Amino acid sequence: MKEVEASGKTVEEAIENALKSLGAKREEVEVTVIEEGNKGFLGILGSRQAKVKVVLPDNPEQIINNFLQKVIDDMGLEAGIEIRPREGYYFVSLYGKEMGILIGRRGETLDALQYICNLAVNRKLKNRIRIVIDIEGYRKRREQTLANLAKRLAARVKETGKKVVLEPMNAQERRIIHTTLQNESNIYTASEGKEPYRKVVINLRN
Amino acid sequence: MKELLLTLAQALVDYPEQVSVNQIEGEKSIILELKVAPEDMGKIIGKQGRIARAVRTLVKAAAAHQGKRVVVEIIQ
Repeated sequence: MKEVEASGKTVEEAIENALKSLGAKREEVEVTVIEEGNKGFLGILGSRQAKVKVVLPDNPEQIINNFLQKVIDDMGLEAGIEIRPREGYYFVSLYGKEMGILIGRRGETLDALQYICNLAVNRKLKNRIRIVIDIEGYRKRREQTLANLAKRLAARVKETGKKVVLEPMNAQERRIIHTTLQNESNIYTASEGKEPYRKVVINLRN
Repeated sequence: MKELLLTLAQALVDYPEQVSVNQIEGEKSIILELKVAPEDMGKIIGKQGRIARAVRTLVKAAAAHQGKRVVVEIIQ
């Protein structure tokens, strides 16, 4: 939450000044008039400045929406933005044409957008929030793909007795592989290497 | 492209008014020179360059969409 006091010749002008210093829009703020202001006699005698207090409340959804809208605009894309608070995080769903550009190879662009969005939004908030962005159900589909891949590779490891090294993945994707295989009795999974090139290794448990 | 880089950089730093982007058009590619306040260098680069990498990924995606190649340089 941010608040600022500002003055001006009229209440309207005082509000304008406060909005400028907050970088906010009229509809996002709450205004309290401290001093009505008085033009005075002939604009000189007894003139008093109007004074207002303007409060910009923490509204994570508004902040997320404003940021993403601007970024998507600047990228020359058009997308609908749907934001839903969930337990422990905000789930943002983007949909529209040409969303493949925003997903990128293996979700690389989507992950970058999510990372920057978390940083940018949290800079404006007092309490940290977590934001998860999905585009046209990409994350769900990717999860399914990775789980299937994990099962297939585990079967191969059991058959051949040779370990399999997967391609580099981010932490969330590696977690999907680990959790898919955690109940496989003869299989052991581990992550190796340094970010951003950490890879999952699937091997036989000895 | 320039506008996108400005938006991203200004959203990440403490001194958004000191962010500037200089666009240099080459034959095949565009170079975007990003300048931020010295105190903000860490905010735009991040641990092991993670923030800078994410910013580049987004700018490149937008550029590819418009059939261009773009290089983002962060300068002192």
